[in-house]
Amino acid sequence: MRSDDTGLLAREPGETSYLTEGTTLRSWLLSTDHKRIAILYAISITGFFFIGGAAATMIRLELFTPQGDFTTADEYNRLFTLHGVIMVWFFLVPSIPATLGNFLLPLMVGAKDVAFPRLNLMSWYLYIIAGIFTLTALLLGGVDTGWTFYTPLSTLYSNSYVLLAAFGIFVVGFSSIATGINFIATVHLLRTKGMTWMRLPLFAWAMYATSLVMVLATPVLAMAMLLICAERLFGLPIFDPRAGGDPVLFQHIFWFYSHPAVYIMILPAMGVVSEIIACEARRRVFGYQFMVYAMLVIAVIGFLVWGHHMFVAGQSPFASMIFSFLSFVIAVPSAIKVFNWTGTLYRGSIRFSAPMLYALGFVGLFTLGGLTGLFLASIPVDVHLSDTYFVVAHFHYIMVGGAVSAFFGGLHFWWPKITGRMYSESFARFAAITLFFGFNFTFFPQFILGYLGMPRRYHEYPPEFQVWNVMSSTGAVVLAIGYLMPLGYFAYSLLNGKRASDNPWEATGLEWTTNSPPPKHNFLEPPVVLTEPYAYHDWDEAPGGADETTQDEPA
Amino acid sequence: MLPEASTLAPAVDRIFWGLVGLSVVIMGVVGGLVLTFAIKYRRGTKAYRGPLPDIMSREVEIGWTVATLFVALFIFWWAAAAQLPHFLLPKKALEIHVVAKQWMWKVQHPEGVREIDALHVPVGVPVKLEMTSQDVIHSFGVPAFRIKQDVLPGRYTSTWFEAKEVGDYHLFCTEYCGTDHARMTGTITVMEPEAYARWLAEQPHGEDLAGEGAQLFTALGCSACHGAQARVPAPSLANLYGSQVVLADGSRVTADEDYLRESIERPEAKVTAGYPSTMPSYQGIASEEQVVALVAYIKSQDGKRSQAR
Ligand code: HEC
Ligand SMILES: [Cu+2]
Ligand SMILES: [Cu+2]
Repeated sequence: MRSDDTGLLAREPGETSYLTEGTTLRSWLLSTDHKRIAILYAISITGFFFIGGAAATMIRLELFTPQGDFTTADEYNRLFTLHGVIMVWFFLVPSIPATLGNFLLPLMVGAKDVAFPRLNLMSWYLYIIAGIFTLTALLLGGVDTGWTFYTPLSTLYSNSYVLLAAFGIFVVGFSSIATGINFIATVHLLRTKGMTWMRLPLFAWAMYATSLVMVLATPVLAMAMLLICAERLFGLPIFDPRAGGDPVLFQHIFWFYSHPAVYIMILPAMGVVSEIIACEARRRVFGYQFMVYAMLVIAVIGFLVWGHHMFVAGQSPFASMIFSFLSFVIAVPSAIKVFNWTGTLYRGSIRFSAPMLYALGFVGLFTLGGLTGLFLASIPVDVHLSDTYFVVAHFHYIMVGGAVSAFFGGLHFWWPKITGRMYSESFARFAAITLFFGFNFTFFPQFILGYLGMPRRYHEYPPEFQVWNVMSSTGAVVLAIGYLMPLGYFAYSLLNGKRASDNPWEATGLEWTTNSPPPKHNFLEPPVVLTEPYAYHDWDEAPGGADETTQDEPA
Repeated sequence: MLPEASTLAPAVDRIFWGLVGLSVVIMGVVGGLVLTFAIKYRRGTKAYRGPLPDIMSREVEIGWTVATLFVALFIFWWAAAAQLPHFLLPKKALEIHVVAKQWMWKVQHPEGVREIDALHVPVGVPVKLEMTSQDVIHSFGVPAFRIKQDVLPGRYTSTWFEAKEVGDYHLFCTEYCGTDHARMTGTITVMEPEAYARWLAEQPHGEDLAGEGAQLFTALGCSACHGAQARVPAPSLANLYGSQVVLADGSRVTADEDYLRESIERPEAKVTAGYPSTMPSYQGIASEEQVVALVAYIKSQDGKRSQAR
């Protein structure tokens, strides 16, 4: 049904939703409604995503030729630092939790809001303040330490705006801690009647596991950043070897946060994908309990593998052995998840909607990203590959191919719920496919470059590496198109899209039982849960599967 | 393709390609299953969609968890076992000192020959690199040899290789070190032993490293305290290298290169038992290369051990 009104805020007479409760800027900026905060976050991270993306574009342009002709060395170093800092802390870490998580977690557990709504708003303000610090550092001339801030380069040698950026990162950490605390409390305290732990949707479990990691790991990042500031500002000799400090200590502190941070980025993605695959295959998630345990195990062991970033940093061989061992162990729960997603398709009734294409893309890219992680966990192979493009490709497969694909999938999946509008299904499918191929064109050649030995963070390189760099840069064009397309059809959907029904995908989950978009307090009356999650099966139905009326089918 | 130019390279490549094989198999199985299911169970086909048999799920889960764990542990063992021999530095090796600084590699051969951004080595001889940095962290990476080792300020790190094939290979700095990181590259030239000997002879010969250290030992005033005729209380440095030193706080350390270097740069950090802490710090007075030379000299004072040539 297409209503004749246009515009996001237009509505049927008498209809109210969280979007219509107050339309002034003030009503948004001071809102404690988790759904509005999610929107605030979504808009801000989109801004940062395109800033980080612009930096990536220039990086790929520079690497088109072996000479450093497009940028100078200093500019290039600032570009990749900017790209890393923005993408990691201002996009990837908050991406799914602060937007989809904020919006959906209370809905999924049947609550009116998160446990601490004002803390939630504060988290967004902290994020914005941190963003301002970091952007100021960028506008003044940038930072040239790499997102990893290795000492003593960052504390004693760099002449760039390290303090501002480090302080920005220090602050943004508190916004993730606030989100984490909120989610943990929400899941513990605000589950509605009948919502037992083993009835929680996997997305809610993912948010819970992620929050644990956020709350426990982020303070260590704060420490690392403060110590950098202390040594830079006051000359406190912590990492300076000439004064008895230890430069490698920084790497331990930094990776103690930054390895778990990978799971802050990937666990939410796993949650999103589980929801989409179950719904679009009309099947209960295969091995639901194992999926839950796998996430918790990943969250815990994730804290014990940081040393695999330091096999060549001069740590003792024994330490390297243990970190290598634990890194292989953590591969197991990740593999289990891949098998379970595959198993969920078995005997399903699969619909290839745009969210499903993103989710299947995620499974492929995440699997390859995970497998190449095994290369880097093997000490002798890592010695050869560390700090080469192999590493760059590996973590982009996990964090971009994985986490960002899942984020896009989730955005499409819950778009009707969030905005009350449908988007163009065919454009969305086309974008999903473009993104998948563009991603592989961009990053697969980098595995080869890495094996051949091309170091990362080089703006000039020996000519024999050019072929692969040209391929990668060309792929990046396709990838960029894949990222830009949703901007177009989502904008169109907001203005002109079909009105969405409450449950356009016929999904299970409490968020689909309320209006699209949901009313201010989510549910008109508190929902009660009577079944396990993913009750998609209707065994009485004839072979041939669920009803055929919902979506346009592939012929 | 990347040459396998060191004795280590084939072992690394074996594991690398083994992992590639494994990845292809797993991608094939997962991708194949996803595709098969996607086609067979796409919406609207007549495939059977009833409940799963009871044994699916729990037994299957446990099965593939155990299988994956087994595969993971096998690869761990395989890779770790291959690395073990490389952890042990060879006893008899050509010992070359490398000092990294923003943005160049300074190399010193034991005979005193120096090179910048280049390293000539003979084929078939184990070469041990003793490395330190003058400023930030760098990393000595040679893809053709499959070696890489971070080079740290204030500490020695080492790695070794035995070149197998004559030729020129890339040396890259593989730890980001500031502006000209990408230009901190060099060439490793592997030569036949005779050619290497000829090359060495043609180079302007400085004093050999230990000899240079001996001169510095007097020039910098060390001998005034540590020399045989000195009248101030200071320990003799003969036979110090490799021995156990008792410190003022009662603990013991082995006098390795790091200890010698620390004693020169920050003498107050580890004070030898029985001596006053009167030695001045040479931090900033002796350059990184001079410290390297002094350490080489102190090592050569060892009656039992002589520098590998
Ligand atoms: C003013 C006298 C003095 C001068 C000059 C001096 N030292 Fe020392 N050095 C000492 C004393 C006293 C000790 C023992 C106390 C300590 O460990 O600090 C010592 C200890 C050492 C040690 C540790 C010895 C051990 O048994 O553990 C080394 C190595 C050393 N000095 C090297 C040097 C070198 C190289 C120089 C010149 C660059 C030098 N020293 C200059 C007085 C001096
Ligand atoms: Cu890690
Ligand atoms: Cu470098």
